[in-house]
Amino acid sequence: MIRSVMVMNTQGKPRLAKFYDFQTVEKQQELIRSVFGVLCSRAENISNFLDAASIFGPDSSLVYKHYATLYFVLVFDSSENELAMLDLIQVFVETLDKCFKNVCELDIVFNYSKIHTILDEMIFGGQVLETSSTELVKAVEEISRLESASNSINLVPKSVSGWRNR
Amino acid sequence: MEQLKTIGRELAMGSQGGFGQSKEFLELVKSIGEARSKAEEDRIVLHEIETLKRRISEPDIPKRKMKEFIIRLVYIEMLGHDASFGYIHAVKMTHDDTLLLKRTGYLAVTLFLNDDHDLIILIVNTIQKDLKSDNYLIVCAALNAVCRLINDETIPAVLPQVVDLLGHQKEAVRKKAIMALHRFYHKSPSSVSHLFPNFRKRLCDNDPGVMGATLCPLFDLITVDVNSYKDLVLSFVSILKQVAERRLPKGYDYHQMPAPFIQIRLLKILALLGSGDKLASEKMYTVVGDIFRKCDSTSNIGNAVLYECICCVSSIYPNPKLLEAAADVISRFLKSDSHNLKYMGIDALGRLIKISPEIAEQHQLAVIDCLEDPDDTLKRKTFELLYKMTKSSNVEVIVDRMIDYMISINDNHYKTYIASRCVELAEQFAPSNHWFIQTMNKVFEHAGDLVNIKVAHNLMRLIAEGFGEDDDAADSQLRSSAVESYLHIIGEPKLPSVFLQVICWVFGEYGTADGKYSASYITGKLCDVAEAYSNDETVKAYAVTALMKIYAFEIASGRKVDMLPECQSLVEELSASHSTDLQQRAYELQAVVSLDAHAVESIMPLDASCEDIEIDKNLSFLNSYVQQSLENGARPYIPESQRSGVLDISNFRSQDQPEASMHGLRFEAYELPKAPVTSRIPPASVAPSTELVPVPEPSYSRETHQVASVPSISDAGSTELRLRLDGVQRKWGKPTYSSPTSSTSNASQSTSNGVTQVDSAANVNSKARHTHDSRKPQAEITPEKQKLAASLFGGPSKTEKRPTSASHKVAKASSHAAEKSQAPKAAVVSNQATLDKINHQPPPDLLDLGEPTVTNSAPSVDPFQQLEGLLDPTQVTSTVNHGAVATEAPDIMALYVGTPAGGQSSSAENSLPSNSYDVNLTSELSNLTSGTTNAGATLTQFTKGPNPKDALEKDALVRQMGVTPTSQNPNLFSDLLG
Repeated sequence: MIRSVMVMNTQGKPRLAKFYDFQTVEKQQELIRSVFGVLCSRAENISNFLDAASIFGPDSSLVYKHYATLYFVLVFDSSENELAMLDLIQVFVETLDKCFKNVCELDIVFNYSKIHTILDEMIFGGQVLETSSTELVKAVEEISRLESASNSINLVPKSVSGWRNR
Repeated sequence: MEQLKTIGRELAMGSQGGFGQSKEFLELVKSIGEARSKAEEDRIVLHEIETLKRRISEPDIPKRKMKEFIIRLVYIEMLGHDASFGYIHAVKMTHDDTLLLKRTGYLAVTLFLNDDHDLIILIVNTIQKDLKSDNYLIVCAALNAVCRLINDETIPAVLPQVVDLLGHQKEAVRKKAIMALHRFYHKSPSSVSHLFPNFRKRLCDNDPGVMGATLCPLFDLITVDVNSYKDLVLSFVSILKQVAERRLPKGYDYHQMPAPFIQIRLLKILALLGSGDKLASEKMYTVVGDIFRKCDSTSNIGNAVLYECICCVSSIYPNPKLLEAAADVISRFLKSDSHNLKYMGIDALGRLIKISPEIAEQHQLAVIDCLEDPDDTLKRKTFELLYKMTKSSNVEVIVDRMIDYMISINDNHYKTYIASRCVELAEQFAPSNHWFIQTMNKVFEHAGDLVNIKVAHNLMRLIAEGFGEDDDAADSQLRSSAVESYLHIIGEPKLPSVFLQVICWVFGEYGTADGKYSASYITGKLCDVAEAYSNDETVKAYAVTALMKIYAFEIASGRKVDMLPECQSLVEELSASHSTDLQQRAYELQAVVSLDAHAVESIMPLDASCEDIEIDKNLSFLNSYVQQSLENGARPYIPESQRSGVLDISNFRSQDQPEASMHGLRFEAYELPKAPVTSRIPPASVAPSTELVPVPEPSYSRETHQVASVPSISDAGSTELRLRLDGVQRKWGKPTYSSPTSSTSNASQSTSNGVTQVDSAANVNSKARHTHDSRKPQAEITPEKQKLAASLFGGPSKTEKRPTSASHKVAKASSHAAEKSQAPKAAVVSNQATLDKINHQPPPDLLDLGEPTVTNSAPSVDPFQQLEGLLDPTQVTSTVNHGAVATEAPDIMALYVGTPAGGQSSSAENSLPSNSYDVNLTSELSNLTSGTTNAGATLTQFTKGPNPKDALEKDALVRQMGVTPTSQNPNLFSDLLG
């Protein structure tokens, strides 16, 4: 089972944090900090795996990938395969890239809810749900289409006035 | 420029629709991004919280705006600030009808709330409604929330709806419904136990994605209960076959691999189902072999599938062809430049060596490379591998490496872990007691407070028992070396408490034993310890007891005792201590010092920590006293069992219970405490009808065993015992350590009676030594690394050379007496280790193959009898031992049983890869017999001491070992190569 998905930048600022077992806000911060502490001390060109038992408790491994200014981190237990998890990060990033055309850190910051939508389509309750980035993009586009449709129906009068009020 | 970019993005996002944010949010993100310090960031966020608090509760906020507020809250919480004031708004948002807001609401609550949060009650109803919605996106959003927010109490409320969704027309919904049920299973297995058939049914879903999702819960179910799913083996195999043959739609391909994640899951499941099941495994061979062949090893995901194949192959019933394929893949992994693949390779190697130990040896250099890699992850994984392949032949190198690494890291978590690994390996495979003590010293010194207290007790026991009573010289040498090393170490500041306890105990027992150090010197050191660590009561207690022992030994040997002034003041201080334990020890010390030599000798005999304490359970020595009381009109003792009918029993019961409770567990509640005086009476009343006293043998031994297993309390505990039994038997006044050792003698028996162990094991392992030694000079020419590799793995090429090198050794043997003596020593612990394994711990490595067939078949030969037959004619000394010390007999027997069993299991392990059990069994038998004859030979030598004749005899022994049946050699070597 996947325990957590984290995206943080190279300064240690969290950009996305999702924990599939509940963690309090303080605990989340602590986990993010300690993960970052380990990641930033790792050299380039070494393995992408880490034993996370000291951070997340027994039977937990961590896989991370470094893209430009971001670390993508997955924490999971022994029922998952490390290399496969590494590819899951790849899927996630590919999907982001398709959704945002040359994804960068800013996209993730500004499209917070969309990122969550993508992640929820990919990992559901700690289990891998979908691993094809085309399928993911399709699902996410469908969602945003329906959302904006329902939105426009309901909000047309209000949004106009709201827009005028500004 | 930056601004332009931002504006550009803002515009772009506006056009995307649905995900656009207002300028305020962008400003917020930007200012946080530009914040130079944490304080500045906090200030910005706090300001934002204030704004939100104010605005979110305003009436008539446009929905779009509201959504943005919620997203801002989520964002703030991710940054680590409290957003709980907005939770209720997020909950409200889930009630909204619009998809956009509902989804946002659900997203926010799943991120904000735990499944036991108070607000959940407000959501459950909405979830119920949404699960029935026509819009599948709403259903999906609700299912998402279900996963996170429903706990075992609320599961029944939504379970029917979720189960209904298993038949939903949209496959996305079916998938998520399965996952939700899986989540329920995690939270409360019983709540969904009636739904297990549904999972099986979904396996046949016509959408491959749903089938793939079903594998997740099935994997968990199978992990728990393999047998009820054996019928699915064929289905899984056929699914895997179809997937591997690309029968799935193209859409499931990932990097040209057909549905790799499904393949991985299926392989995991097959590994579980085929484990130890030959029949099931045979059905899998073809498909796994196919995947091995077809898998694309250039892509990451292809390697992931290959790795999973290896895991599967190493878990199911072994198949030589698949093992070969797996070994090929491993060598490719290890040769790769990618650290990830090396890591996977090392991990896979660790799995495979359990089945075919010989493959490790072709990768020795790669493994050494990984060990020296700067990458910590890889290094740790490699230590894991080394741990699995540790043998008595390579334990020194491996443990040294581990300790070096342990010293070099700061990570306490891993330090504890690796320290315990070191200890475990050292206990199992230590080549000599001396090495063991040195290793333990290092571990204690650098990770003392992190290791288990039991380790310290084992160390004490080892020092106390040494090689056993038959070789006093070696024992006392060991002890003096321990004392020596501790005197050396004791000066260092800040030693861990556990280590100090060991040191104090050793000083107390053996500090003055060899006469090298005066009592005043040792007591001075002990006082220093007690003073330096004055806030550690356990250490002080150990120190005081050690002082008492030293003074007792002094008095017993007739010397006059003058207490050092600092000792005097220490005792005075402790007799006023808050700790009653320390007080008692101090008073005892004073009492002992004032006794005469004879009395002291009987209560504190020298070096008696290994002596058995004889306990007269019948208390027969009280008979006369009881008789006298009876004659004086006392009431006779009525056993508790017969007493239940008597009316006025409460008084009796309260008197007797303490006695009874000593011998077994009580399950009824305790009575109210009575005046302590009453407990004084029972011993007397117990005595007359000894046959009727309910003191069942097993429960009694359990009690002593308990003492043994927790020797830490033996100090404290025995004072308690002493109190209670003081009047009963003098023997209890003996040194407190007697109880642990006596009871362990039949339990684990790892080191006592060492001599016999040494000898019987000697032949195997001294050979190991020879080859090891003979290889050394050779290796010196080759690089350092190769040497390390050789010491870790041993080399197959050297197998043939062994006999010659051994005979070469023969010539040298006489001149290198010291070197020689090392060899048998090396053997001691390996044998002890095998013994250990057989007796208690589940061995972590090769012996524990879970291949019951071999190990089970071996004992049926009844090595015990064989050995006896062999030993008696050849060996006089051992038979003498046998007869002379009657009480020891069982121990020796146990040893003989242990020895062959150890030999067997090790050869059994060798026989595994070759799959020719029969051949190996016989060779192993010859192995055994030769082992015992040698054992006899060495026994005689050991009693003779170092003289020319001894050397000659050793020479003969070596010769003898050189000419032992050749069939033994391959075994021996695969043992080395492990």
